[in-house]
Amino acid sequence: MRITRVLGAALLALGLAAAPAAADSSPSASPSGDSGAPTRAGTSFRTATEIEQGQRATADASTGDYLYWSFAADAGRRPTVHATVKLPEQHATQTWQIDVYDGLRRRQACQYGAQTRTAAQGAASVELACVLRTVRAWSEPWADDPLPGTYYVRLTVVGLQASDLGLPVNAEVEVGSKDIGGAAAVDGSLAQPLVPGVAVKSRQDGSGSANGEGGSKKAAVLSSIEPDGGWSSGWWSDRWVWTGIGAVLAALAGIGGYALTRGSGRPSRVPPGV
Amino acid sequence: MITRQRLAAGVCALLAALTAGIAFPAGAVADEPDGQAAPKVELVLDVSGSMRTRDIDGGSRMAAAKQAFNEVLDATPEEVQLGIRTLGADYRGDDRKTGCKDTAQLYPVGPLDRTEAKTAVATLAPTGWTPIGPALQKAATDLEGGDGTRRIVLISDGEDTCQPLDPCEVAREIAAKGIGLTIDTLGLVPDAKTRDQLSCIADATGGTYTSVQHKEELTDRVGQLVDRAADPVVTPVATEGADDCAKAPALKSGLYTDREEFGRQRWYRVDVEPGQELRASVSVADDRAVNPDYGLLLRAVTVHGREIVRGEAAGTGRTDVISTGLRYPRPESDDESAPAETVCLQVTNSFSAAAGVKTSPGLPLELTVDVVDGPDKAGDVAAFGLGRGWWLLGVLVLVGFLAGLVWGWLSRWRVAVWRTN
Repeated sequence: MRITRVLGAALLALGLAAAPAAADSSPSASPSGDSGAPTRAGTSFRTATEIEQGQRATADASTGDYLYWSFAADAGRRPTVHATVKLPEQHATQTWQIDVYDGLRRRQACQYGAQTRTAAQGAASVELACVLRTVRAWSEPWADDPLPGTYYVRLTVVGLQASDLGLPVNAEVEVGSKDIGGAAAVDGSLAQPLVPGVAVKSRQDGSGSANGEGGSKKAAVLSSIEPDGGWSSGWWSDRWVWTGIGAVLAALAGIGGYALTRGSGRPSRVPPGV
Repeated sequence: MITRQRLAAGVCALLAALTAGIAFPAGAVADEPDGQAAPKVELVLDVSGSMRTRDIDGGSRMAAAKQAFNEVLDATPEEVQLGIRTLGADYRGDDRKTGCKDTAQLYPVGPLDRTEAKTAVATLAPTGWTPIGPALQKAATDLEGGDGTRRIVLISDGEDTCQPLDPCEVAREIAAKGIGLTIDTLGLVPDAKTRDQLSCIADATGGTYTSVQHKEELTDRVGQLVDRAADPVVTPVATEGADDCAKAPALKSGLYTDREEFGRQRWYRVDVEPGQELRASVSVADDRAVNPDYGLLLRAVTVHGREIVRGEAAGTGRTDVISTGLRYPRPESDDESAPAETVCLQVTNSFSAAAGVKTSPGLPLELTVDVVDGPDKAGDVAAFGLGRGWWLLGVLVLVGFLAGLVWGWLSRWRVAVWRTN
């Protein structure tokens, strides 16, 4: 009896432990009023406009521009990029495309979503989407798996009639992400997230003018984004809960098995009910 | 009872402690854009005779440009040093030679005096030829000096009338100087020749081309471009890669720019200490008409020629850059005095151009090198080797049950043996 109560308490404790994990799985993309959403886009990796997940960034641009945004993605999440391009009133057939690159400027594949779409002549807008692979905490250097760090979105027209070049368009981009949870929890983690210029930045932060090469004067950084609440240290996953519950169940089953061999405690030759 | 409660409370506290403690705030990111060199912008305005044409919202092109300039001058950010240059503003005659030299600085690049600049703009009247090439050359000279970003905004309504100096070639030469100058172009007439020329100029320097049909579009766009110049941007350091690793320049963490000709290799060297991770990414931009299928290869090679890791990219169709990257974590060494390893980075591209396209100067190349501390390592596929899922639970329960049975039988057997003794 006492044992069952203790075990009940332990199970309850495990349930409590699992609660934060469940809370984690709500999308971090907190739609934040869009008041501070960027209204422009960069034109290269270097000048990419930084956006937060859940923000709806807009930009006025010309057909033919290459528009760049960057966002931070952390381990265990599967980012999705949505883009809408409002086209001018009159235009010929146009093909638009979004490409996503990671912090090493490697192109990242879209699992699904209309990454490239052709707008018919005179269509008012075109919508694009790209669902990336789940960001892993670690992968081998020879693999190009998505890793925690900066991601770049490039939106551009890839097929157009020369007459449409330079016409005004309006682009909207929104990045969200889904928590994949422990299923994607791999062992290991990167020493530093894949943020371009992270080495230069930490040198500036740490040593100031110690290296005296004039680099400390330059304050602009290649990328300064970080997810809400910082980069995860990567040790928590719901695998702890599964394994813990498994251990408790195994212990219970062990006790059950043990009890089975002991019988009900009454001598077997005494008939029941006596 | 009390001990039991304590036990449960203890378990709760322990697990809560385990589950919390993840989200410690990451290091402060204190990077204010102070000490950034002043960005410089020069607006280059076409004041040729054709600007008299009244086809922008009922007004003349010149009037639209003037209005746009006035509004942009009002909204120019404080830190931007703005200048204005005109082309074709002074010479009325028919002499081509003189007409093609007709470019003048209306307002010098420097801290902006809004009233003075506006007065200068008000005096403009559409006059002469369209010497775009010479104007760009002069504008590039105007913007010399300083480490800030440089931007030329060219507003024109017609193609260059001063051949054979191709303004597109001029733009490419300016870009090849490696001073990080971008030329954005705005065309006031949607005719094919103007469009081709202006978009070629923009492409050559990584700028943008906009076709303007309304006054507001012109104002918005010029304002946007001037604002863009004010954004703090990391200025790349010009370097020159060698043809082989032995002669390659040694690079540290930072952003570099170079030029790579079609079918040529570029080599760089980076020193990596044990326990450090090398991250390199490279982008090659196509600043001229290239064939639609292309590729890029970045290899990290030891000094002895063994390939460590590579990044490759290939693409097809319209693009501004093609880029790839790699990372190489060097394992920790037991030997304290282990020397830094020299890693050679080789960049090759497979861009190709049709006959007649100039191959020199080479395509602009941008290289990011980051050498960060601490290699990563992983001992298992799953996090900490932990398990997950119903199969895991099933196996654990089964094994636990069997273990309990065996233990029970054993103890019964032991008791039986003890009793008989």
